[in-house]
Amino acid sequence: MGVINLAPDETAVAHQNVAGERPSIVNDFSIVAATANGTGSQTANMAILRALFKMGIPVNGKNIFPSNIQGLPTWYHIRVSHEGYVARRHTSELLIAFNPATVDQDIQMLPPGGVCIYNEDWRTVPQRNDITTYGIPVNQFIRDTGFKGKQKDYVANMVYVGAVAQLLGIPLQKIEDALDYHFNGRRKLIDANMAIVRDAFEWTAENIQKKDPYTVAEMNATAGQLMITGNEAGALGSIFGGVSFVAWYPITPSTSLVDGLNDYLPQLRRDPETGEKTYAVVQSEDELAAIGMLLGAGWAGARAMTATSGPGISLMSEFAGLGYFAEIPAVIWDIQRVGPSTGLPTRTGQGDVLSTYYLGHGDTKNVILLPATVGECFTFGTTSFDLAETLQTPVFVLSDLDLGMNNWMTEPFAYPTEPLKRGKVLTAEEVQQKGFARYKDVDGDGIGYRTLPGNEHPLGAWFARGTGHNEKAVYSEKSEDWVQNMARLQHKFDTARQLVPAPVVDHNDAANIGIIAYGSTKFAIDEARDRLAADGLATSFLRLRALPVNETVAEFVAQHDRVYVIELNRDGQVHNILQTEMPELATKLISLAHLDGMPLTARWVVEAILNREEK
Amino acid sequence: MMSTGKTARVNLIGLSKTDYNGGASTLCQGCGHNSIANQIIQVAYELNIQPHQMIKLSGIGCSSKSPAYFLGRSHGFNSLHGRMPSIATGALMANHTLNAIGVSGDGDTASIGMGQFKHMMRRNVRMVYIVENNGVYGLTKGQFSATADEGQELKYAGSNELPPIDICMEAIMAGCGFVARSFSGDAKQVRELLKAALSHRGTAVLDIISPCVAFNNHDSSTKSYTYGKDHEEQLHDIGWVAPQEEIVIDEYAPGEMKVVEMHDGSHLQLRKLDEDYDPTSKMGALHRLLWAQEKQEFITGLIYYDGERHNLAEASHLPATGLANLPEAKLRPSADSLQKIMSSLM
Ligand SMILES: Cc1ncc(C[n+]2csc(CCOP(=O)(O)OP(=O)(O)O)c2C)c(N)n1
Ligand code: SF4
Ligand SMILES: [Mg+2]
Repeated sequence: MGVINLAPDETAVAHQNVAGERPSIVNDFSIVAATANGTGSQTANMAILRALFKMGIPVNGKNIFPSNIQGLPTWYHIRVSHEGYVARRHTSELLIAFNPATVDQDIQMLPPGGVCIYNEDWRTVPQRNDITTYGIPVNQFIRDTGFKGKQKDYVANMVYVGAVAQLLGIPLQKIEDALDYHFNGRRKLIDANMAIVRDAFEWTAENIQKKDPYTVAEMNATAGQLMITGNEAGALGSIFGGVSFVAWYPITPSTSLVDGLNDYLPQLRRDPETGEKTYAVVQSEDELAAIGMLLGAGWAGARAMTATSGPGISLMSEFAGLGYFAEIPAVIWDIQRVGPSTGLPTRTGQGDVLSTYYLGHGDTKNVILLPATVGECFTFGTTSFDLAETLQTPVFVLSDLDLGMNNWMTEPFAYPTEPLKRGKVLTAEEVQQKGFARYKDVDGDGIGYRTLPGNEHPLGAWFARGTGHNEKAVYSEKSEDWVQNMARLQHKFDTARQLVPAPVVDHNDAANIGIIAYGSTKFAIDEARDRLAADGLATSFLRLRALPVNETVAEFVAQHDRVYVIELNRDGQVHNILQTEMPELATKLISLAHLDGMPLTARWVVEAILNREEK
Repeated sequence: MMSTGKTARVNLIGLSKTDYNGGASTLCQGCGHNSIANQIIQVAYELNIQPHQMIKLSGIGCSSKSPAYFLGRSHGFNSLHGRMPSIATGALMANHTLNAIGVSGDGDTASIGMGQFKHMMRRNVRMVYIVENNGVYGLTKGQFSATADEGQELKYAGSNELPPIDICMEAIMAGCGFVARSFSGDAKQVRELLKAALSHRGTAVLDIISPCVAFNNHDSSTKSYTYGKDHEEQLHDIGWVAPQEEIVIDEYAPGEMKVVEMHDGSHLQLRKLDEDYDPTSKMGALHRLLWAQEKQEFITGLIYYDGERHNLAEASHLPATGLANLPEAKLRPSADSLQKIMSSLM
């Protein structure tokens, strides 16, 4: 390997400005808005994000928020990238410093040549002579509007929207379009907000001399796309996947998935005339009850799901084992956050994979889906139910806070082309024709036939139990029955390997090294691979979309000298699983695990790989 | 049906009593739980229940094993310790057209499962919830349960220093609309209460004192046979009349009887032994339970009744067909509706 620039994204361009030359930097920078939680800054940030999106510029917004309702600092990161990169960056060139509590450290984070837009009414703002600062007299705008109390903060946030629009060159019409979207066309709200934005926009034009190079220009890269969070996408996907029963207990960052269900289900699955619903949502007393309800509902034949996060997953452990062993379908979304215990409840991570894979005592093993994009959150809404019912087992969908709660651009979701796969369920007539033994491996795939309560055949009933049982679901303590049943369950798990979504492989013939990753780290890795390639280091990439893995993964590993397993946890959990799954290839697998609560960056990936490659 | 040469006695739907049997019991000889299972079989037969329209559910314990010993033609789910309410709630939301009998123990309900128990009452899921209450953990060999009497002595567990939890009081406080207590040795009362409970529209709790012959059958225990026989005070003499049958009031002297009409049109006739007892008064019911607790007596009969509350399925506006039986066309919205949502997000 030759000499490699360790951090190509961060400061190379900005440095040029300090030298005096000021070529414009168009559609390639990041903005961070530093505000206090609970001040309504979300509306302001979403207005900027969506306005840029409506200008046709690829964007991504990430909310770095506290576990708090009001007062603690919040940072909203917007990446603008004409190349279409949407991963987080370490550096933001444009700081909207609207939180006096963090302004000192926020300003220190700016790169040389960076820009700080701040509230001029504060007495002291730290000085740096290598950045550009613009003060906005926020109080003046607030006085003009006559707003009082808490609303003042809200107004202040709309002030920065106007100033940023002016400084970057966002047409006011685009801001208005964005607010129209945000407020669902409610004119009064749009007008009230636009009045402030327009004032600040005009004031900035008259009073501020732009000295920085950052601007935006309309593109055509987002046409036909939409923006949505992974949780909303998962909710929609589940509805088009035929969910009929939801039980849940609130927990960040999964709550917005159930909010999505509660928003869309009444529109899509309620008879407007009779008021009858083809679904039920129960807010349970805890996650343990939630999964219990799913297993009851799945056993009775409903498509049952829940959404939770790490602490809820821990509570579900005993039931997960029952679901695996009694072979009951259910779908459990885990929007991962950072922990053990309460951990960092508003930060992102991938730390639940190993424990969820084996969730439940004894020899429990679970099927896991690993969506990386909002599109996959949507399609896995159907896939998860199809798999749960086909395999007759709980299926876990492991998303994360970054994917679940942040807004991502996407192509519109395609309507499912295949009918729902309801699995092997016998009617009374089929029981009559074929006979029925619940746990008998009739087809050689390890998957038995089940009947649902209500089956009229006198021999159609079976007794679900967590205790040892024979093929007919009758209690048994016989060693042979135990061994046979567990072997069949293992065989069923092997069947699952071929049924779960296959990995996405980008094989590069020139590459000696491979990367394996899963979930939302995809975006940082895509970008990092481009940079590494530009610097002469070719890589292949296999993105896992499910566990258990199949032979594709072993083949991929065998084809490369070294394979880096990149993930957002401390211990390299999937690295661990892969080493166990393919012991003969274990030494080729190198763990690059990292967890600080933030979404992965391309810079971290590039540095981590190069550090290892140089060894 | 088996043909045995002689015509077997059958009920109105043509099933014989053996059609309601389950597997052979593995519980101890003389365990109160066995007699309750037998009454369930008898009642299901007498009420002409279609076995496939019934589900039976339980937690873990000796008591929770018993669904394997009755209604072998019904789907069953022997779940986790203390978690039967959540399984039942899910199953009955997935298919609210089913009838359900849950069997639990005092450990299963009043200790590990207290949270789920109370929340199920609050939701008013339509099912019969039987607690086979013996004051001990039978299956784990004789530890005290939370319903054990204060000061009670047990061979292995020593002396219990803590006050008991009264399952009926907990049920009433949590909003249950059918709360009854009985004694496994009183087959007739158990049957009458079971019949009434099965026609209740919400959760019906039957707290049935069911002596554990292995670990809690000392005469001094309020959950023993002898104590039960001696100290049982019946609130009512109970008669249950199926909706098809006519109510014959003549049997009872007027003024001594209260008729409770159930939602399916059946009637529960309570013959008042306790002159002023009114099962529709929540305050009265709690008062009577506290009074009995103080006296170390247990009252039996229908302690509290309120048939007005909506059950969870009703409150959820479910269609006539169970969710589990809806066809794909009802479950997956149209391509057009997805298209509309996609456009609205642009
Ligand atoms: C999570 C869990 N903890 C402990 C147990 C062990 N256990 C099995 S039954 C039981 C107590 C049962 O008592 P009760 O519900 O009163 O039923 P009984 O046997 O008396 O009828 C216990 C503690 C278990 N099965 N699961
Ligand atoms: S141990 Fe007690 S509760 Fe269990 S079966 Fe024997 S008598 Fe019944
Ligand atoms: Mg007990």
